[in-house]
Amino acid sequence: MDDKKRNEAYNKYVKAKLPKTRPWPSLFNSFLVGGIICCLGQGINDLILLWFPNMAEQSAWAYTLIVLIFIASFLTGIGIYDKIGKFAGGGSIVPITGFSNSIASPAIEFKHEGIIYGICVKMFTIAGPVIVVGIVSSILVGIIYLFI
Amino acid sequence: MGKSQTIIFKNKPVIIGSYSIVGPKEGKGNFGPYFDYVMKDDSFGEKSYEKAEKKMLESAIVGAIEDAKIKPKDVQLILAGDLLNQIISSSYAARNFDVSFFGLFGACSTMAESLAVGSSFIDSKHFQKVVCATGSHFSSAERQFRFPLELGNQRPPTSQWTVTGAGATVLSSTGKGPKISMATIGKVVDYGVIDVNDMGAAMAPSAMDTMLAHFRDTNTVPDDYDMIVTGDLGKFGSEILIDLMEHNGIKLGLNYNDCGQMYFTRNQNTLSGGSGCGCSATVLNSYIIRKLRTGELKKVLFMPTGALMSTTAAQQGESIPGVCHAIVIESDVGKDSKKNFQSVEVKKQTKTSSIKSSPKAKNEELSLQNEKNDLNEKINSKDNDKEKMTDGRKQKSILSFNREE
Repeated sequence: MDDKKRNEAYNKYVKAKLPKTRPWPSLFNSFLVGGIICCLGQGINDLILLWFPNMAEQSAWAYTLIVLIFIASFLTGIGIYDKIGKFAGGGSIVPITGFSNSIASPAIEFKHEGIIYGICVKMFTIAGPVIVVGIVSSILVGIIYLFI
Repeated sequence: MGKSQTIIFKNKPVIIGSYSIVGPKEGKGNFGPYFDYVMKDDSFGEKSYEKAEKKMLESAIVGAIEDAKIKPKDVQLILAGDLLNQIISSSYAARNFDVSFFGLFGACSTMAESLAVGSSFIDSKHFQKVVCATGSHFSSAERQFRFPLELGNQRPPTSQWTVTGAGATVLSSTGKGPKISMATIGKVVDYGVIDVNDMGAAMAPSAMDTMLAHFRDTNTVPDDYDMIVTGDLGKFGSEILIDLMEHNGIKLGLNYNDCGQMYFTRNQNTLSGGSGCGCSATVLNSYIIRKLRTGELKKVLFMPTGALMSTTAAQQGESIPGVCHAIVIESDVGKDSKKNFQSVEVKKQTKTSSIKSSPKAKNEELSLQNEKNDLNEKINSKDNDKEKMTDGRKQKSILSFNREE
């Protein structure tokens, strides 16, 4: 009991002592970079529609995503995306480029363990939960939609 | 009064050789000029970072044996440890030596653990020459404990930077050099910190525990030492330790510092400072042992701390236990033998410059940088003091828990 009390007091003290991340600068950086990525996406989308006027808008979106995913994986491969992420925080994690980064980075990291046990197994260590949550929630929404 | 945790060696083991090898980023840090070898590339010509870590440890052991001017076959025992699962770097490095081997794990406190075990073997005269070594690699540790290197995430301000580096020390029953006089074996202490990004706070209580035990067992006070240095509590962890010690009635003065905190310069972006086995090991085997050899430091209390956690335990919601071992190293250079110390200094410097492609080999540059470094440290410690004072006032009410005990 005494130990528990001591631990609680210590944790409280540590919490008060340690510095907090300042929210405003990080928020600003996130919105700046996130916004730039979104503008980039919109730009790519507009260009695709400009070059291929007959394309359906929906397929243009798909191609835009592919281009963004490629750019992010490429930047991950040459070691730039982590620097952007360090500056932007959530700004470069939330868009689809962050998803691409989270799959490409473990694939690079674990290539020495072989293709199957290294790349294939580890590739989804970070993105895996996101995919699971996405699928489960879409199933739930689908069931709800069925009954409405 | 509790049972004694301190061993006082009768046949004091002598440190006859030491070697430190670090990565490029560490080479640009505050201790840069003191390291024996700075790698140009942190993969050290190997395919994977684990292999690089193994190679680093190997070179550190070989370097220390060379520095001791003995032959590899004279070494009777290697004591080594590292951070990777099943301490593979140490075992794999040791397979290339025809020497008995003990693998040790004390997380980041392994350097002190190996010195304590090695000194006990020498004190009891079972062995005459023992090599103690440990190392860590930023990239292999990151991969095991945290996220892939290329993942674009942010680190919280309390997180620390695992040092890429390895250090080795040769202990001997005879010879000239700094002597290990005492070792305090720490207990595993857990104050219920669960944040894996805040190792400093998790380990500070264990450092306090060992420090109190050491001062109690040996009847010493902080002022008896020229330098009291913890391993890798980092900036915040060492501030916490200062607070904790103050509430136990012991005031740590300017002679206290933390390897992790001193390791990197401010603009190297390492947040709370360095960590890992290599942090304390490389500082001990470069800066501290060199200063002990020259007699600039007479008596050093070296106490690396280790966080004994694994990712599995952390994910299961376990808190992080810490351990800390203390080693007292005394210089063999007398107070008035200034001449002696100068000649040793010159010898050591020319030696480092002759070693392979030793960093910034020129003597002049070296001494200049040394001076600069000393200055930097002074400035750093002064800043600390200021922060400590303001913090101390703020924290008084929160810290009352210690008095309740």
